[in-house]
Amino acid sequence: MLSVEFSTPHPLTPYPLTPYPHFLMATITTPRKSIAVNPLKQSQPLGAALAFLGLKGMMPLFHGSQGCTAFAKVMLVRHFREAIPLSTTAMTEVSTILGGEENVEQAILTLVEKSHPEIIGLCTTGLTETRGDDMIGILQTIRKRHPELHDLPIVFASTPDFRGALQDGFAVAVESLVKTLPQPGETRPNQITLLISSAFAPGDVQEIKEIVAAFDLSAVVVPDLSLSLDGHLDESAQTVTSGGTTLAELREIGSSVYTLALGESMRAAAAALQSQFGIPYEVFPNLSNLDTVDSFLEGLADLSGLPVPERYRRQRKQLQDAMLDTHFFFGRKQVALALEPDLLWSTVHFLQSMGADVQAAVTTTKSRLLEQLPIETVTIGDLEDFEQLAIGSDLLIGNSHMATISQRLQIPLYRLGFPIFDRLGNGQRCTVGYRGVMQLLFDLGNLFLEQEEAHVKH
Amino acid sequence: MKLTQGKINELLSESACEHNHKKDGKGKNKSCTQQAQPGAAQGGCAFDGAMIALVPITDAAHLVHGPIACAGNSWGSRGSLSSGPTLYKMGFTTDLTENDVIFGGEKRLYKAILEVQQRYNPAAIFVYSTCVTALIGDDLDAVCQKATEKIGTPVIPVNSPGFIGSKNLGNRVGGEALLEYVVGTREPEYTTPYDINLIGEYNIAGELWGVLPLFEKLGIRVLAQITGDGRYRDIAAAHRAKLNVMICSKALINMARTMEEQYGIPYIEESFYGIEDMNRCLRNIAAKLGDTDLQQRVEQLITAETNQLDQALAPYRAKLKGKRVVLYTGGVKSWSIISAAKDLGIEVCATSTKKSTEEDKARIKELLGKDGIMLEKGNAQELLRVIAQTKADMLIAGGRNQYTALKARIPFLDINQERHHPYAGYIGMVEMARELEEALYSPVWSQVRKPAPWDNSSSVEC
Repeated sequence: MLSVEFSTPHPLTPYPLTPYPHFLMATITTPRKSIAVNPLKQSQPLGAALAFLGLKGMMPLFHGSQGCTAFAKVMLVRHFREAIPLSTTAMTEVSTILGGEENVEQAILTLVEKSHPEIIGLCTTGLTETRGDDMIGILQTIRKRHPELHDLPIVFASTPDFRGALQDGFAVAVESLVKTLPQPGETRPNQITLLISSAFAPGDVQEIKEIVAAFDLSAVVVPDLSLSLDGHLDESAQTVTSGGTTLAELREIGSSVYTLALGESMRAAAAALQSQFGIPYEVFPNLSNLDTVDSFLEGLADLSGLPVPERYRRQRKQLQDAMLDTHFFFGRKQVALALEPDLLWSTVHFLQSMGADVQAAVTTTKSRLLEQLPIETVTIGDLEDFEQLAIGSDLLIGNSHMATISQRLQIPLYRLGFPIFDRLGNGQRCTVGYRGVMQLLFDLGNLFLEQEEAHVKH
Repeated sequence: MKLTQGKINELLSESACEHNHKKDGKGKNKSCTQQAQPGAAQGGCAFDGAMIALVPITDAAHLVHGPIACAGNSWGSRGSLSSGPTLYKMGFTTDLTENDVIFGGEKRLYKAILEVQQRYNPAAIFVYSTCVTALIGDDLDAVCQKATEKIGTPVIPVNSPGFIGSKNLGNRVGGEALLEYVVGTREPEYTTPYDINLIGEYNIAGELWGVLPLFEKLGIRVLAQITGDGRYRDIAAAHRAKLNVMICSKALINMARTMEEQYGIPYIEESFYGIEDMNRCLRNIAAKLGDTDLQQRVEQLITAETNQLDQALAPYRAKLKGKRVVLYTGGVKSWSIISAAKDLGIEVCATSTKKSTEEDKARIKELLGKDGIMLEKGNAQELLRVIAQTKADMLIAGGRNQYTALKARIPFLDINQERHHPYAGYIGMVEMARELEEALYSPVWSQVRKPAPWDNSSSVEC
């Protein structure tokens, strides 16, 4: 059982969102089996790479065999339809036995020579964690031997494949970034830090940035996928990320007046900033329904001392109208979800806020959120478990691997999460803020509507 | 199959592979032994290669013994299609935890095999080892043997930890597993004088289905497809074929050579891409099966197909004539696609020779003419440089380079295993011509190259 103690009070944190008295706590089940069939989760290094890709001039480097990098790269390329910088220390059988120091060193030197990165994000893999390479020691030795690398930050994330999932690796990378790069500085009253979890797509990040900017706040966004993986055509091609959070911005995080952690998995990173620089923080696990967007805007109004801009007052009215139009189609619908914990949390609440029921919830990894979910059970499992639990539901929500389940069960699939390789526009997808929630309502509402129409015709 | 260093060396110095011919079979295959360079290496590992070679066996379960990355980051992403069973598309993995890494994963693997058999009743179970399970010393062979005895279904160990080498080596490791545990374990119901095996064709995008009807028309029976749209039982009886036809790949040449030694089956290397190559493939098969009647039927078929094809291709040839492309792909495809491009009137101004054998290179030289550039290495910048230098209209390459081209506003055609269109056989030529025409003449190019009207700075590089 997971601990669900929330020791520090968080006045703005809006959970439990909607009290459902009959489900005060979810039971977490882990099926007893020795095998994963059609895995839902991806590995930690992949998540760490994704986080690192939200930094400008970045080259993520996996310390493992070349396949670790190739697989992760192919997945990211297929999801985002973008060139993805990702490199490998190319461990061999011999170097695994002798230790990976030389490979790490050679990889870094080669990357510096060929790709000129401004920063390198180094992740371990199952192979090198099993072997037990002393990464901190290795990096120290390399630094000593190569003073010319002095100005090149190398951020290290320990991400064994045999533990956790994509969301965890992403969080580890962000935590490592904020623990190593920010410098102390004079507090700037209108600068805040936004830590954004893997539950948010580049399009979401873009929307969140616009909302924050509307309050005249200047935000350091970590990581800023909206500048690297949003899908945009640059003047010339680069071998490292062409956009994202800059090193200068990262270093100035110490001057922020507040941290907004978006997604529960960003809590540890926010806490790290608090203990290092005394910056208070607030966790917003969800920005995908009316209540949570309301509190987010309220929070920004408090921070900035400015009223909520007219644009969002208007959008809120639009969202409320959309909720009226769409609620006929959501009421009592049974929905089956297979998503990572942060995204599961926001999707469950979105659906319940519209009167839909969650028939099944399958997720990838542990999180303190799971027990708090206002549903009966949540399964840490795979898509085999999901398929059993989803029988008889009205809608499936999850990644592209569920397309075959959708066909077999004859239940429509709304694609959310990672990877999505059979739909276009993943870099621009937005399901947060009043506008994003409204779009989500229409997208799902249309799926339900289509089903009902088909039913009538028969 | 115990994969000792000796066995790996044997696979690396595969005697039938022309990479090794100059070295009298002593040296190792250059492209196979090329050490992956830290910081520069691209491409998959041996585990990836083994899966590429074996996953297309559609009625088998493919179980990955390792942590989540190996299967979780790769399952369901291969383009091999099936005409029947879909079991091969499922991702099975022991999804090792920290505990397994510390205490060993053999028990978990054994139970996992039994669970797969119970719930999915596959024709066979291929079990792949990975870096982590090799490192912690799990005895794959012993577990598989014990499981086979218990369940009666063949459980085949594939010792394919990623760190032993490249994708190429992994292909051969996959081939070795078939040779040792599958081929020859069953007799076919009947045989004919026209039984062949196809080796190294993975039915990407359903390419095989553009070619199989030709064999059927000619009365040639494909006994086993190794492995595209393959069935375990067919491959188990593959040793009774009269001829092995290796398609477009040196990857499984160890299978062809060993089957020649063990079962006396001769082999030929052919390609399904391009009219000339397809013609040559059919003629060579007929000649090897040694039947004048068959040879006559082949000639008739070729005449009929090429006449039909000429008509279908005429409108495309008019639009594709004189277009210049840069080709970047591995091995045999580096020449077989040139041949297909030439059939369409397209000029190939540069091609890769990184994975090509000496024989491949000689062929390429002949096909390219004197101005053609042979690319030994091809990172993104190098490719863009060559495209600019040769004033090429288009890049034809693997999916990995798709965004290299697109981001530089250059038309692109995917030719590797992630592609979605079948280009093999005569029908495939029409598909390829259509795709090329669409890519080259898309109205988007002028728009994406257009600078913003308010941008006075010099125009976009392209």
